Amino acid sequence: MDARIVILGGGVGGTLAANVLVGRLGHAATVTVVDPTGMHAYQPGFLYVALGQANGRWLGRDERTLLDKKVDLVIEIAERIDPVARTVRFASGGSIAYDYLILATGSRTVPEQVPGFIGAGQEFYSLTGALRLREELRRFKGGRILIGVTGIPYKCPPAPVEFTLMLEDQLRRRGLRDRSEVTLLSPLNRAFTVEAASKLVQPIMEKRGIKLSTFFNVDAVDPTRGIVSSIEGEEAAYDLLVLVPPHRGQTVIDASGLGDAGGWVPTDRNTLQHKQYERIYTIGDATDLPISKSGSTAHFQASIVASRIASLVKGQAPSATYEGRVMCFLETGDRRATTLRFDYAHPPVPPRPAVIWHAAKWMFNRMYWHTIPQGRVP
Amino acid sequence: MTLTETQITKTIDARGMACPGPLMTLIGAIRAGAVGDTFAVLSSDAGSKTDIPAWTTKAKHELIEVRPGDGYSTFIVRKAH
Repeated sequence: MDARIVILGGGVGGTLAANVLVGRLGHAATVTVVDPTGMHAYQPGFLYVALGQANGRWLGRDERTLLDKKVDLVIEIAERIDPVARTVRFASGGSIAYDYLILATGSRTVPEQVPGFIGAGQEFYSLTGALRLREELRRFKGGRILIGVTGIPYKCPPAPVEFTLMLEDQLRRRGLRDRSEVTLLSPLNRAFTVEAASKLVQPIMEKRGIKLSTFFNVDAVDPTRGIVSSIEGEEAAYDLLVLVPPHRGQTVIDASGLGDAGGWVPTDRNTLQHKQYERIYTIGDATDLPISKSGSTAHFQASIVASRIASLVKGQAPSATYEGRVMCFLETGDRRATTLRFDYAHPPVPPRPAVIWHAAKWMFNRMYWHTIPQGRVP
Repeated sequence: MTLTETQITKTIDARGMACPGPLMTLIGAIRAGAVGDTFAVLSSDAGSKTDIPAWTTKAKHELIEVRPGDGYSTFIVRKAH
């Protein structure tokens, strides 16, 4: 009987893993992607939509158009995984059996866990949130803007820094800078977690008069006073509040007892196997690995997991291991950007922000639909 | 109290993980944890030796121990409130 490989989630990781697997295994396996919507979102685009630099239409595609035709696509909500019987039950009542399961379920945001967030705080971690923030910024005529982080881990660690620098750029272009105060509330004692990147970014912030509050992890919002408070016991006042919402793993992970308290799946840092169930692999945001939750992480992990499973199906010993590879851009405003490339053994050495890296990010944004999900970029 | 005597709630192996990095991951674990939970963070990042004690002091949590290892350090931190 053909090996049955089931992938939960049709984002970048799940789609790429499916396409690589059918490429390696042909008809020796049935590869099924299960996705709750059948629509694929390009999430890095939310930032640009929120800042009015792109419209929301280009952020979604029909998942079928991104999958090799040998991949079966099932539009269902996965409700519960039975790792012993090796089945996945759907909310509709049906189920699917697997020999190998890839969890590419991503993360979800839970702003309701922060008192006062909903209604008072803006966010750009969903298309709706990005569109709403864009309109809020169009109405903005000056005042105090705070950008903060309400929970860790969150997707795309550079995003709050990027948003801050790009927003300040926008305010200057609109002639609103003199009437505005922009403050980044950083969870750490510098602007960004990677020290080398902070050393590039902080002088830019200083030069542009962007304020930096360090060790400020947003705990709660008081909309009546217009105040945010931190777990470190400090407060800050806002007229416009932009927050990264808390993230959690998906409910199917919780319901199946496969995750930790945050709903993240315990994952081996090299083989990407579940720490308890060897036929379950996890990629992208869904893992508990303390590594960037980003599209590039999912991309690089998808290739590794597909290679390992293809080897096992062919009766060979898997040799591909994930070595922590991540690559991302960090926009610094004024149409400039830098890049962060690293793995477990090599810390990032970001280049000085330059126009070319911003252009490269834009090219990536435009080429994504035709390259990444199909596995055309290694 | 030493490392071996301390009951560790969760171990975070952040060695080689530049982003989001050991301290950011520790802050996330403390936020999600219960009072009294104790976390062991393995970090190969030289900056952790100043960053982790600085944040635990500011946020009024308890740094129980820093144990040097081969190319990394282990930080034991207890959620105090």
